[in-house]
Amino acid sequence: MISWAENGDARFPEALAAVYPRVGRAWRLGVTGPPGAGKSTLVNELARLLRAEHLTVGILAVDPSSPFSGGALLGDRIRMEGHAGDPGVFIRSMASRGSRGGIARASIDACDVMDAFGFDEIVIETVGVGQAEYDVVSAADTIAVVLCPGAGDGIQAMKAGLLEVADLLVVNKADLDGADRLQVDLEDALLLRAQQDGGWRAPVVRCSAGTGRGADDVLAGVRAHRRHLGEALRDERRRAKRLQQVQRMVSERLSESLWGERGWRAAAQALLDRDRTPYNVASELLDTLLGGIGARASGPHPEGGTEKEVGLS
Amino acid sequence: MSTSTQGARAVTAADSAAAWRAAMEQAKLRDVEFTTLSGAELQPLYGPEDSGLDPERDLGYPGQFPFTRGVHASMYRGRLWTMRQFAGFGSARETNERFKFLLDHGQTGLSVAFDFPTLMGRDGDDPLAKGEVGQAGVAVSSLRDMQTLMAGIPMDEVSTSMTINGPAPILLAFYIACAASQGVDPKLVRGTVQNDILKEYQAQHAWLVPPEPALRMITDVMAYCAERVPQWNTISISGYHIREAGSTAAQELAFTLINGTEYVRRGIAAGLAVDAFAPRLSFFFDSHLDFFEEIAKFRAARRIWARKMRDEFGATDPRSWMCRFHTQTAGVSLTAQQPENNIVRTAFEALAAVLGGTQSLHTNSMDETLSLPTEKAVKIALRTQQMIAEEIEVAHVADPLAGSYFVEAQTTRLEREALRYFEEVEKRGGVVPCIESGYFQREIHGSAVRYQRAIERGTKKIVGVNCYREDDGAGPPIEIHRIDPKSEKEACSGLAELRRKRDSRAAQRELDAVRDACRAGGNLLERFVAAAHADCTLGEIAEVLRQEFGEFKEPRIL
Amino acid sequence: MQRKIRVLVGKPGLDGHDRGAKTVASVLRDHGMEVIYSGLHKTPAAIAEIALQEDVDVVGLSILSGAHMELFPRVREELRARGMGHVLLVGGGIIPGDDIARLEEGGFAKLFGPGTHTDEIARFIREEMEKRWAKERADV
Repeated sequence: MISWAENGDARFPEALAAVYPRVGRAWRLGVTGPPGAGKSTLVNELARLLRAEHLTVGILAVDPSSPFSGGALLGDRIRMEGHAGDPGVFIRSMASRGSRGGIARASIDACDVMDAFGFDEIVIETVGVGQAEYDVVSAADTIAVVLCPGAGDGIQAMKAGLLEVADLLVVNKADLDGADRLQVDLEDALLLRAQQDGGWRAPVVRCSAGTGRGADDVLAGVRAHRRHLGEALRDERRRAKRLQQVQRMVSERLSESLWGERGWRAAAQALLDRDRTPYNVASELLDTLLGGIGARASGPHPEGGTEKEVGLS
Repeated sequence: MSTSTQGARAVTAADSAAAWRAAMEQAKLRDVEFTTLSGAELQPLYGPEDSGLDPERDLGYPGQFPFTRGVHASMYRGRLWTMRQFAGFGSARETNERFKFLLDHGQTGLSVAFDFPTLMGRDGDDPLAKGEVGQAGVAVSSLRDMQTLMAGIPMDEVSTSMTINGPAPILLAFYIACAASQGVDPKLVRGTVQNDILKEYQAQHAWLVPPEPALRMITDVMAYCAERVPQWNTISISGYHIREAGSTAAQELAFTLINGTEYVRRGIAAGLAVDAFAPRLSFFFDSHLDFFEEIAKFRAARRIWARKMRDEFGATDPRSWMCRFHTQTAGVSLTAQQPENNIVRTAFEALAAVLGGTQSLHTNSMDETLSLPTEKAVKIALRTQQMIAEEIEVAHVADPLAGSYFVEAQTTRLEREALRYFEEVEKRGGVVPCIESGYFQREIHGSAVRYQRAIERGTKKIVGVNCYREDDGAGPPIEIHRIDPKSEKEACSGLAELRRKRDSRAAQRELDAVRDACRAGGNLLERFVAAAHADCTLGEIAEVLRQEFGEFKEPRIL
Repeated sequence: MQRKIRVLVGKPGLDGHDRGAKTVASVLRDHGMEVIYSGLHKTPAAIAEIALQEDVDVVGLSILSGAHMELFPRVREELRARGMGHVLLVGGGIIPGDDIARLEEGGFAKLFGPGTHTDEIARFIREEMEKRWAKERADV
């Protein structure tokens, strides 16, 4: 079923509808961070701990597709092979396929499927600290960002803004030099962060996943977040995310349709070739779609008034 | 310059150089890349200014620091390199027969190849071993198997090289126990155990436990042998596998010697005096197709090692400074197409190793791309070495290519490139962190992919593969060696009998003693020897190690 | 958008030589395929399990230890047992000619010997998958 979701197979929506009542049981953890931070190793350790509690785990490992060839090397599961033969662990690798909307959609779908099939905990792992990664992990209930000392990781994450949304920050490879510094920098940055979710203070957890130490602290952090949210807040967040999902799907499909079969690409090009401004062109096209609402919908700069002199700034 | 005086003026060196350069510019060149096999740019010509050589500092004499010209004063005048053909397949009994065949035909040392289960510390009857017992080498699961392997071969007279890594200390224990059972004084036991675990993580991937406990076992081996088996070479620090995994010559050189320095560091940290164990460290290099690059590589290796050992580690015994090495011709250069061509490739590679001053040499057989070699092919490979030794008169002069502008320039270049890698690894925290982060593995993989692309694009030519092809038709025209499927059955029944006949309580006690040593310290090789005498199997001992130390998990490279 | 071919490159058995497997994986990625590498020292069952979870189109096995006649057919059986008998099964490494013939008769679409162009492997896989997908569309 995950393949259907990935490939946009027409059979997927109906299949999802059939199992949708079962969706919602699982807690979804999103894990991201810069390359080399040891995320896969940490996810592997978390899976081990969960299995020790007889919980089943579904893991989605997302990797970028090559912008040149469109292909991908999906190598995260190599770090998780301690679970070979364990039916309680399901690992699926997914390539971003270059489309931000596409992978965001497909990853939510994959998690819904794993959820529906009864996995207790779901982990979505991706790489990077940018908007694209945010799109992938934002549908999770708890978002963990994993960093490691050295290479200015902390600074990058702070600049990237992913820090704003992280529910949990993990300093992995904490046995290396610079771990203390990184922890302090992160804690400072968090103080400046706006409050979120009814006063949740994102903890900074240290671990050394390669040696198995500290993974239980990470799991404890996830559970603390889960407890803090409680049912009401969790459901509210989920509803909001579902709405976002619908909004994204609508935008995507609309866009595809308009620029594709509806021939807007050619129409827009033709108008631009006649030296109309992009605002004019956009308004005109939208007018035909929305009928009269176009003028208001064209944004903060209404058309017309060309005679009036306007300064540069 | 007026034309009337031109004829009378003498031609200066600068004129000649200019004239040659002009001629080169005019010349129509072949449409190939003028690089070494590893991709380094080559000049069309080398002159005295290209070598970067200070003869007194950089060359010296054979047998003297920095050993660029060879580790022994007399080199091959004194003694030819050891002709040591790697062998092993099927059961210990079959391999024993092949050993005797080779010794009868003039081979001067034994070299044992083990099967995959043995290499990975598993007995022949382990479910994971199914289909692999006796395939790529001989199956040795116990002291009994070792005794069968060495039956009728005087262990105080031959030198035996055992190519084993992860569980090497255990196999060494079997060998030591076997010599004891032959009544041979351990002080007379000669040979090498590869035991180079660092390159396993980097290239060959036949590891057992993670790096730290593996290095501890290696220092235990160094300590035990320094005292009790003093003629034994405790590690054969290998570049062969790194090269075969796709690295360049500079990477092979660099990573091997970097690993070497790590072992020295560990030995010292374990409380051993550097001169107590360093003389027994030996090396193992590849000899690939690029004739001159390989010769330069061997010379650079000696020079780099000597300088590191004396100047960085402060070793004072000259034997600690010597990079003694075994060489194997490049398996990866052999083709399945037109296999007889491999005889010629191997001959060129072997010659490079000899001109590079190797201490011992294995020449590949022509059919090795298809399966383990037949007797006929192995004999030709051995004869190749014998012809080099006896017929073409190259063994009379030490380091014959010294002073060649080209070879000295290449030696200097490789030395510099290798030293840059030393710095890089240092910067990244040292050998073990680089292994765990996958640095070496990624470097090697990058070179491998580049090389493959060059072959496929046709910029690197391989006769029979991307040029001068023939329609090979179905199947090879030569007979290939087939493993007898009985090997697995023989191994299993042997193990069953062993377990039945031995004193199981004594065996269990020894396994417990191994476990205690893992936790509390103590020389593990000593425990392994005792376990060997109690008929504990390889798999049983290895399992204790896996339980106590865990298993190594490969980092992500792709 | 072109449909993606998902490939599992598997290393069955104790053989640790992965230069070929990793090179082929890189090249297939360069040809636009999504490649999952199984890692070393995998049992046939483990490889089949990965193939199932990843719902791959192709399984490519690499082995240089001589144990192919034991391990390759076992992978095929394990795939079939999991309902993955439809995958395109290919392999490579050190495999003598008559073993190649036997394996190709026994369910392997193609075995690639040493010296094979990696592009040839990529082309073969793409052509086979195109054929299969065309047939799927025709059957619908």
